[in-house]
Amino acid sequence: MQIYLPIAEVSVNAFLLLGLGGLVGILSGMFGVGGGFLMTPLLLFIGIPPPVAVATEANQIMASSFSGVLAHLRRKTVDFQMGGFLLVGGIAGAAAGVFIFKELREMGQVDLLVRLCYVVMLGVIGVLMFFESVRAMNRSKRKIIPPKRRHISWIHGLPFKIRFRASTLYISAIPPVVVGGIVGLLAAIMGVGGGFVLVPAMIYLLGMPTKVVIGTSLFQIVFVTGFATVLHATTNFSVDMALAVLLLTGGVIGAQIGARMAVRMKAEILRVLLSAIVLAVCGKLALDLLLEPAEQFSIARSLP
Amino acid sequence: MILRALPLILALGATHANANESVVAALSQNRVSISANFDGSEILVYGAVKRDEPLLGASALHVVITVAGPLAPVVVRRKLRKFGIWINADSVKIGQAPTFHAIATTGDLEKTLSEAEDLVHEISVDQMIDAVGNPANSQDSEIFREALIRLRTSEGLYSDIPVRVEFVEETLFGTRIALPANLVEGDYSVKIYLTRDGEVIDNHEQTIFVRKVGLERWMYNLAHDQPLAYGLLSLLIAIAAGWTASAVFRFIIKA
Repeated sequence: MQIYLPIAEVSVNAFLLLGLGGLVGILSGMFGVGGGFLMTPLLLFIGIPPPVAVATEANQIMASSFSGVLAHLRRKTVDFQMGGFLLVGGIAGAAAGVFIFKELREMGQVDLLVRLCYVVMLGVIGVLMFFESVRAMNRSKRKIIPPKRRHISWIHGLPFKIRFRASTLYISAIPPVVVGGIVGLLAAIMGVGGGFVLVPAMIYLLGMPTKVVIGTSLFQIVFVTGFATVLHATTNFSVDMALAVLLLTGGVIGAQIGARMAVRMKAEILRVLLSAIVLAVCGKLALDLLLEPAEQFSIARSLP
Repeated sequence: MILRALPLILALGATHANANESVVAALSQNRVSISANFDGSEILVYGAVKRDEPLLGASALHVVITVAGPLAPVVVRRKLRKFGIWINADSVKIGQAPTFHAIATTGDLEKTLSEAEDLVHEISVDQMIDAVGNPANSQDSEIFREALIRLRTSEGLYSDIPVRVEFVEETLFGTRIALPANLVEGDYSVKIYLTRDGEVIDNHEQTIFVRKVGLERWMYNLAHDQPLAYGLLSLLIAIAAGWTASAVFRFIIKA
């Protein structure tokens, strides 16, 4: 069943979109990741214009993280103070990201920006994840040692120290704002939640206790992606409501299925599988940039 | 269908009373609605030649019919290899290009229409595209023009081969023009030219109104007229959709 997407201005099969949403949903349910970093490239592959893919993904992630943050609020596993500082950076980063996006769109280079960011990011994540999971597989034969809470010395040398009660931390306000800013930038340019940057940064860089990490990161992601969505809607007019709803419907159902499947599978195998998927998507994007395109010309609507 | 439209044909013909031979025509529909499941449409163009005197050994009469979408400026970009990757390197702005163009004739276009007349009436797509910008490199801008035509043709927006117009007794004619699914909103002009020896004798124009309808129209307008409200609404709708889908799924699993 073909459906006309009013903002993307393309006709796409509705079941293909539901299926894509479901597929990425299954992966995100299995691996406990947001899935934005897989969905945006897949949308590019089926011919959705990059600005629409990015802005609509921000919208979808906001909605799919919403129920998660509610659950964490009920369990009181959100550090509002830390979340606030992350959010300040996140809002600034997202605003800068949307501005860069708009400027490059007018120059005709936004396609390149989005693709290059993805090649770099997926490449780095894929490789890191692959080695990490191989190491974990070897280690799992022996005893598993949980990661220790580390404190990085130079972080403690920074000024504007603040006491974060819920995280039992006394650190400078600068690192949370900077980390939040980077995540906001990624959300606006790539249409991702940024959990894959935020969560490791919170654990290893800021030294937050793991019990508040997920809730606090979801808290920041909901607001930052929500802000990025509204900003994209007002500056680039590129949020496609119909596309978001279709992807979400598939995604939510897929996530439930994925979570049930994950229980029956080994964590290390799941990780290797995910890294393989990430590297495959990265490879396809890189090839599109490296190989001579069949058609070198493209048409863009002239902006008034 | 042609019989039913006869009074309309006669009424339209009255405006060309002075011409020796004049053309009257009508369309099967003058409104196309783009809804969510729009997958193209077909327009039947039909009409008749009205003449004061009977035909006496004159050379063959021809009909050329064009359907053109609204004109809009476009930017055509070219990718070149830079730093090892293919990136958009240069571009040409084209001032005016029809968003859709289809042509139908009774014979080969070269025979039915002279180049001079094509130029005057801006009939073929080549004549309708107005390339401005990049005047310093006109050789290059020609390549971009060709690329625009090639791309739009491959998208089904420009017709490369003229559609055949059926012509009965040099009096009654009719043709079907297919409109693709990726139509742009706007007023589409249908022009019917009567030609002899490549010269245009008479012409007639009609308009098709192509409009987005229903929810799509509403969403599109809201997104452009009130983007803030649209942005906030998309957040609310997305949250509601996510919640509903998960509630329904859980209900099904339990049941």
